Amino acid sequence: MKLKLNIWRQESATAKGAFKTYTLENLEKDMSFLEMLDVLNEQLVTKGERPVVFDHDCREGICGTCGVMINGRAHGPIGGITTCQLHLRSFNDGDEITVEPFRASTFPIIKDLKINRSAFDRIISAGGYISASTGSAPEANSILITHDVAESAFDSAACIGCGACVATCKNGSAALFTSAKISHLAKLPQGRAEARIRVVKMVEQMDKEGFGHCTNTEACEAECPMGVSVLNIAQMNWEYNKALLLGA
Amino acid sequence: MIKLTLLRKLLMALTGLFLCLFLVIHLLGNLQLFLPKEIAQEQFNAYSQALSGNLFIKVVAIGLYVSILAHAIYAVVITIYNRKSGGKYAVDERKVASPWYSRSMGLLGTVIFVFIVIHFQNFWYYYKFTDMPLDPWGRKDLYSAVVNLFGNVWYVVIYVVSMVAMGYHLLHGVASAVRTLGVYHQKYVRVVNVAGVVYSVVISAGFAIIPIYVYLVQHQERLLTLLQLK
Repeated sequence: MKLKLNIWRQESATAKGAFKTYTLENLEKDMSFLEMLDVLNEQLVTKGERPVVFDHDCREGICGTCGVMINGRAHGPIGGITTCQLHLRSFNDGDEITVEPFRASTFPIIKDLKINRSAFDRIISAGGYISASTGSAPEANSILITHDVAESAFDSAACIGCGACVATCKNGSAALFTSAKISHLAKLPQGRAEARIRVVKMVEQMDKEGFGHCTNTEACEAECPMGVSVLNIAQMNWEYNKALLLGA
Repeated sequence: MIKLTLLRKLLMALTGLFLCLFLVIHLLGNLQLFLPKEIAQEQFNAYSQALSGNLFIKVVAIGLYVSILAHAIYAVVITIYNRKSGGKYAVDERKVASPWYSRSMGLLGTVIFVFIVIHFQNFWYYYKFTDMPLDPWGRKDLYSAVVNLFGNVWYVVIYVVSMVAMGYHLLHGVASAVRTLGVYHQKYVRVVNVAGVVYSVVISAGFAIIPIYVYLVQHQERLLTLLQLK
């Protein structure tokens, strides 16, 4: 199949970027979107041009590294998948596809489609962990957790930190990402102990990074490749309000 | 100024929910306008007089003015902040992921704010700060002021359009405010979502029907003349 690509090219964080159009022919419909970019890059290298820089790692939808805006939607037109899981069969022969990096004031562009998501790491560093003494692993059954609680915590932990929520949010809010980690740990006895101080620290860091306000449009949940629920945001608010009333 | 995003949202939620409570009381009072003219005039004017003289109501009213202003001012602050942090795309199809009214709270809120200014001028200012005509029982005749105003079809249109905007604002606002308070249990989230829709429809339709009713019933003669002309 044949595709026309409008790809955002930008030399550096401070350089002015622009779209560049490429036409690719003889593409296989079962190629993944990233494999198509590989094909494009091979052609660019052959021609002596600089290849398109884009983030990718596992290419099986679990690492959260890849992620671009495809025709105005995070990770493309199909719900519940990452960019690497998108295949050309989701498009028609002759389609024009616009590819842009995830955009938010907190996600500066490094080059082309590659962005800096370190703000997420700093939010996690602020409190997205439990304090545990070192030593041998504790006995697994000494802390009882019901199946439902474990499943619910795992649903929150499913967040891969790809940033589609921030890119999709009109406010560039990181509420879904931050709340997923907060409620993942708050749901479990190991994390419960530090729940109040954790939410205060992580929310403060989220604000310090400059992420926008959550206005509950729920667009983040709709575009999240892992289907992380907006009820995590509700739980973050609950934990935060509790810390506000009872002290961290 | 509040620095943290979650605290700003909390302020929006609490003032918004307080205004929601006020709307219920306001609508219940307005229902008196459905009474036959002779009874409605006496009862509605007596009700208005009782409210305007009550100390408790005066205190609550200050809370109301503060809530409206704080809600509006922080909406602007939040919007300015969000415009800076949010990304812009050359091709943008993000609208498929959320309902339009959830993304248009600022626009809907502006319509409501303009309406509130007109509404305060129409009734609140007129009642409190002018020597308005008295009814046969010696009270300020707010009832006749209402009926006269709603004899103008353009005012009816402004009121109805504003109530539609308020309906959509509430449709997102109620559920959003409760989420900001932190209700996350699935069962109660469902209850809140359904209650929010019912509340929004009942309140906005309730307010919108009154000017239409007054126009059609209390101005029957004018309406009949209009129809006969056709």
